[in-house]
Amino acid sequence: MYRKYFNMIAIALAIIATVVIVHNGCQQSKDLVSGDVAEKVYVKPGTYDDFYLFTSGGFSGHVGVYGLPSGRLFRVIPVFSQDPEKAWGYSEESKPMFITSHGFVPWDDAHHPELSQTDGVPDGRWLFINGNNTPRVARIDLSTFKTAEIIEIPNSAGNHGSPFITQNSEYIVASTRFSVPIPNKDVSLSSFKENFKGTLSFIKIAKDGAMNIEFQIIVPGFNYDLAHGGKGPSHGWAFFTSYNTEQANTLLEVNASQNDKDFVAAVNWKKAEEYIKQGKYKTFSSTYFNNRFDEKKHMGISEKRSDVKVLIPSECPGLIYYLPTPKSPHGVDVDPTGEYIAAGGKLAAVIPVHSFSKMMKAIENKEFDGEVDGIPVLKYESVMAGEVKNPGLGPLHTEFDGNGYAYTSSFISSEIVKWKIGTWEVVDRIPTYYSIGHLCIPGGDSRKPWGKYVVALNKITKDRYLPTGPELTQSAQLFDISGDKMKLLLDFPTIGEPHYAQAIPADILMKNSKKIFPIEENGNPYSTKAEKDARVERNGNIIHVYMSTIRTHFAPDNIEGIKVGDEVYFHVTNLEQDWDIPHGFAVKGANNSELLIMPGATETLKWLPMQEGVYPFYCTDFCSALHQEMQGYVRVSQKGSNVELAWGTGK
Amino acid sequence: MNSKSKILLVIASLLLLLTFLFPIWSINLEAPQYPEGIGLKIWINQITGLKPNDLANINGLNHYIGMKEIVPDAILELKIMPFIIVFMIIFGLVTALTGKRFLVYLWIILFFILAAVGLYDFYMWEYDYGHNLNPHAAIKIPGMAYQPPLIGSKMLLNFNAISMPDIGFYALAFAVILAIIAIIISKKTISA
Repeated sequence: MYRKYFNMIAIALAIIATVVIVHNGCQQSKDLVSGDVAEKVYVKPGTYDDFYLFTSGGFSGHVGVYGLPSGRLFRVIPVFSQDPEKAWGYSEESKPMFITSHGFVPWDDAHHPELSQTDGVPDGRWLFINGNNTPRVARIDLSTFKTAEIIEIPNSAGNHGSPFITQNSEYIVASTRFSVPIPNKDVSLSSFKENFKGTLSFIKIAKDGAMNIEFQIIVPGFNYDLAHGGKGPSHGWAFFTSYNTEQANTLLEVNASQNDKDFVAAVNWKKAEEYIKQGKYKTFSSTYFNNRFDEKKHMGISEKRSDVKVLIPSECPGLIYYLPTPKSPHGVDVDPTGEYIAAGGKLAAVIPVHSFSKMMKAIENKEFDGEVDGIPVLKYESVMAGEVKNPGLGPLHTEFDGNGYAYTSSFISSEIVKWKIGTWEVVDRIPTYYSIGHLCIPGGDSRKPWGKYVVALNKITKDRYLPTGPELTQSAQLFDISGDKMKLLLDFPTIGEPHYAQAIPADILMKNSKKIFPIEENGNPYSTKAEKDARVERNGNIIHVYMSTIRTHFAPDNIEGIKVGDEVYFHVTNLEQDWDIPHGFAVKGANNSELLIMPGATETLKWLPMQEGVYPFYCTDFCSALHQEMQGYVRVSQKGSNVELAWGTGK
Repeated sequence: MNSKSKILLVIASLLLLLTFLFPIWSINLEAPQYPEGIGLKIWINQITGLKPNDLANINGLNHYIGMKEIVPDAILELKIMPFIIVFMIIFGLVTALTGKRFLVYLWIILFFILAAVGLYDFYMWEYDYGHNLNPHAAIKIPGMAYQPPLIGSKMLLNFNAISMPDIGFYALAFAVILAIIAIIISKKTISA
């Protein structure tokens, strides 16, 4: 009896002791940043970082550009969200970039930046990123750091599983998070199993980067989550995770967490190309938009498209296979050799790793375990290469260092777990502060990672920074992975909510960076290529102001004869041909934004004067010693007034 | 003149052709805001920027202090100089052909006269641009002139102007040295 109590007390004490030790351990490791760390992240003033880091802005809809190892932010690229600073979505030229089948959509939720690749290696031409809410994919030109194209994805809802690239940038793949009726129609939500479908989209990338929805595959109505292209031996395949194979349409946190295994879908896209060539596709009519920003014209052009080629798996044998994967898998990541496919089973106790060669053998031997809507389900044991035991709680994403190790983010246990490919043993783990989502090793999803750092992208910061009220910054943390043990080097705040990020050596990008747009190549129909061409034209109540800027004046800077009720377009051309000399343009009472015009570019601001009077305009970018003198006036007269149209500078 | 001297003179004459391929003078401007450099290159027949657009950008900067715009097409010297160079090449080749020593002397003397006149003209051109300022300029500093140095460096407000001969000039200098050597060698042969 007493012995029993004694045992219980002993156990209780042991638990308390463990908690205290673990607690102190955590306290300690939070502060444990060893001596030479500052040196490793210190980039001397006037010197450059080694890597560019592109972070998704999440709900900000932008992309953040940081330097590594310093963590310094030096650019925010507006993509899916309007940005009055750069007039993105406010200037007449950029408005077409926001057109969708739902009209002008000024915001989106941007999750996964993906660099273009050549031979499986990031090449620095473009950065792609998905718009989650109104399904879209954007392409950013990395010579201008400007959004060059946005394509809408038809037959999709919740474009989460994108944009993941194939080895030679043949395709960007995209999968629907939400299954929906395809084509969309008014049905009962409880008819999910009957009416709801998912799509896997393949977006072709042309030589000049232009995107086109090449084909879509209709798949069973699950939630499709993330994806990755195969590489090396698995080049020609793409892998997509799915969850909610229970096909619940309500209370998914419970109802979609019942099955022990969901699926990784393996798609043979080379086979798909053959089927397309043979004409074994259906044509679905659906409206979607492709918006391209013409760099020579400095303007976006929105093009309405319809019809998309669709493949039905049951009619296309060998197109797609399901790999059973525990449990509600999130990320699906292919190692640099292209042989191993790691899935982050976010509710699983292990990280399952599939083998591409075993998968091919299992397909050959037809080692199936049933099928779903004509898609063969392969036997788990036949495709599984190994399971990483004790990977932390809530494993989500895996990146690779190119030296035989993988790094998995574990959200619930808030840590990065390093494991060895082949033996599947965990060799190191390090806490993150707090609740890591994605992680990023430069080139870490490519054939040639630059395995020097891993960046943790955290959802929660709590006590890591000075408090800023209820809404706190989200953050990235930089770890040195050049040794056996991961070492925390730096915390730095991020814009919006960073989901995924990608990094690339600076020297690949910086040599391509443009300094100006040559004025002689400016093809904007409203450009003013020389000051002598500056003028004002009236066409009914439409006024076109052809305006030039050069240090330090506008031409014209005095305009009279504008009347209430006129629709005024200021077409402002920056004649500067010098690096880092943009001019701004802001006019009092504008209901949209300023303009910020790069050297050699033309941008247009629409202005509707409501009341008579005199309205000043000025340059908003401190361009020179006489920047404060760079200003002008517009005289607005009442409707029907006989004030003549007149303009000039220095008269 | 012996054949060695003649060959040297031919080489000297042909060296002048390099002035069509390389600038004769350069003016580099250094300022904190221009870490990438900005400057002018002066050729026998044109004035260009160190980089594309530098000339326009320098004109843009110069308007603040009231300096005249540099318009290469309006500079007479740039139209004449190519003919002078071609004349000197032909003169040199003819001299080599005839082998008359006094023609070599004449060639060298003419060369020095042209060089002196050229440098004087360049100096006056710099003087004019540096002193003849628009009275309505935004930036006026009493007593301040913006004449770049003929050779060497000088602070002009925030810019350090460095003026130096360029490859074309060195080709000219080398040509005249070769001509002098040609004379010396031919003398030796006579005395021997």
